[in-house]
Amino acid sequence: MLPGVQVGQPVAHRLAYLWRAPAWGRPLLVERSSWDRCRRGLSIEGNDVVEFFEATLNWPSWLAWTAVALIQCFLLINLVAGGALFFIWLERKVAGRIQDRLGPTRVGGKFGWLQTLADGIKLLAKEDIVPKEADPFLFRMAPYVSFTASFCGWLALPFADNWVGQRLNVAVFFIVAIVGLEVFGVILAGYASGSKWSLFGAMREAAQVVSYEVPLGLCIVVPVMIAGSMDLVTIGNKQAGYFTNWFIFHDPAAFVVFWVYFTCAVASVNRAPFDLAEAESELVAGFHTEYSGLRWSFFFMAEYGSMLLVSALAAILFFGGWHGPFPIISQGLVPALAAMTGASVDSPVLVYLANLAGCANLIFKAVIGVTVMMWVRWTLPRLRIDQVLTTCLKYCVPLAALCFLAEVWFQLYPHTNPMPLNRLQWGAPRASIEVREGWLPLSPVSPDDVQEAQLTHSQEHRG
Amino acid sequence: MIGAVIDWSAFLFYLFAAVACGFALAVVLSNHIVHMAFYLTLALGATAGLFLLTGSQFVGAMQFMIYVGGTLVLLVFGVMLTAQHRFVSIRTRAGEWITAAVLGGALLMLLGYVAWAVPDWHAAPPAHVPPEQVESTSRLGLALTGVRMDGGSGYALPFVIVSVHLLVVLIGAGYLARARVRVSDAAARKEMP
Repeated sequence: MLPGVQVGQPVAHRLAYLWRAPAWGRPLLVERSSWDRCRRGLSIEGNDVVEFFEATLNWPSWLAWTAVALIQCFLLINLVAGGALFFIWLERKVAGRIQDRLGPTRVGGKFGWLQTLADGIKLLAKEDIVPKEADPFLFRMAPYVSFTASFCGWLALPFADNWVGQRLNVAVFFIVAIVGLEVFGVILAGYASGSKWSLFGAMREAAQVVSYEVPLGLCIVVPVMIAGSMDLVTIGNKQAGYFTNWFIFHDPAAFVVFWVYFTCAVASVNRAPFDLAEAESELVAGFHTEYSGLRWSFFFMAEYGSMLLVSALAAILFFGGWHGPFPIISQGLVPALAAMTGASVDSPVLVYLANLAGCANLIFKAVIGVTVMMWVRWTLPRLRIDQVLTTCLKYCVPLAALCFLAEVWFQLYPHTNPMPLNRLQWGAPRASIEVREGWLPLSPVSPDDVQEAQLTHSQEHRG
Repeated sequence: MIGAVIDWSAFLFYLFAAVACGFALAVVLSNHIVHMAFYLTLALGATAGLFLLTGSQFVGAMQFMIYVGGTLVLLVFGVMLTAQHRFVSIRTRAGEWITAAVLGGALLMLLGYVAWAVPDWHAAPPAHVPPEQVESTSRLGLALTGVRMDGGSGYALPFVIVSVHLLVVLIGAGYLARARVRVSDAAARKEMP
């Protein structure tokens, strides 16, 4: 580590270091090769599974990697599809209860919990219609485009410490970029249907999603600034310990920006009260008016997948990710089990158990987020298009920009932060958490590099 | 098991490259503007895949955000135009084919020349080199704030110039798109008691 630089230091010190550094005439940071971690573009963090296939089962490397990639895709697709099944049932129950009804009660015994499966079988049996006026190629492609975009975001989302399809150092940015592409399928569907209602719905959705990308991006910068990293695994791990370490309690700016994020997220996944694209009272069913059967259900899988995705992202960015409100597992259960069995705290089984609990934690938080979205949907009336754009441009964008500036202020002058809960750092060994990007020289600098850099530097000064 | 070894990085490179080139051709050969936009999206998405494959995660995500997302706007315009069935198919005339061929050919020649001029690419490829996974995001960020790790002067000034340029464009767009009070409306308003 270079002198005077530590992970937890405020931005001011880092900046001062940044401007001083070139005069030392040596590279600021030397990055570690993470070849071990990201091999051939198909990696699982830690590669335990690959190692298992290679070492224990004696599979060739390429087969092990292929198997791991297939397993990950299988798990993720089932999460999205199974999630959709569950959430459609949940939505009906929530809607029913809010409207003083029971919702589905019969299929599958109690609570009608198999209702969605029955609906799914019905959808499979429906005729796959392509209207006469439609553009057949685009009409057929559109649902898959939507679903693919919604699914791709999951590739970079961690479910527990290092439980992630592909650990990206810009995971937040990647997910935001991908979530915005879901609207592609909607526009194609609206155009290709050859129907006025579909086209109007698609145009509304395009206007809405494009404008809500702006505040959404601004909101996400705030937790990124607190964590000092765009890597979701690092962001999650920085909130270890008690719930006081969650970023939503870090400072007032983060607290406010969460609500702005949630509003924008609801709008960007096109849910009520922002569901103008499928306003039944005006547009029949909006962009999916002409769809039936399985293609129609693909749009809904994409919608519920995106809802779960933005909720899981909110859980990681603001609510501690896979860390519970109290560190019962990592600081209570795991050490106790280790003491009982005589195993090390880092033994694979215990780490696996802790991660499993973390994964359950994250999914629980994400489900709460989705439930709140449903609650909002069945409580509030639908907004008009001008109200939708006003909410974005006149409220969300200024609020997000203000929070962004406030967060910069709190990073520069942490002692002015009126929410000092976070500084207690109960139960969080945060200094030990590695920030992969940025300020740590990760391997020693060779003398040749230093000499060369000094040479370049002095030549520049002479020039 | 076939016994053959699949080099996934090479396989994926050829796959993404083929998708990118194939759909780029499809953009050129298609007459339908919305189909074109769709193919362009696929070509640009495959390019993002190529970036991600080399470990340039930031550039890859940027490609999705800016180019693929930008094509979205193109698509919206395409849909808005063709909704009136006036421009639904674009006929390319012979003169346009020739101009495009000359311009595209010149660009292709330039790029080909530059690519062949890279000395490393002339030698036979080494047996197996694990590609160094460089986490380039922090380098890019530092270079934009004016500090480059490999010496040099950084890009603070170009960055600021581009930012100001964008701001000017935004203000200009807002000015052009502002709601003008039509003369008839203003007159009507005056007449109202």
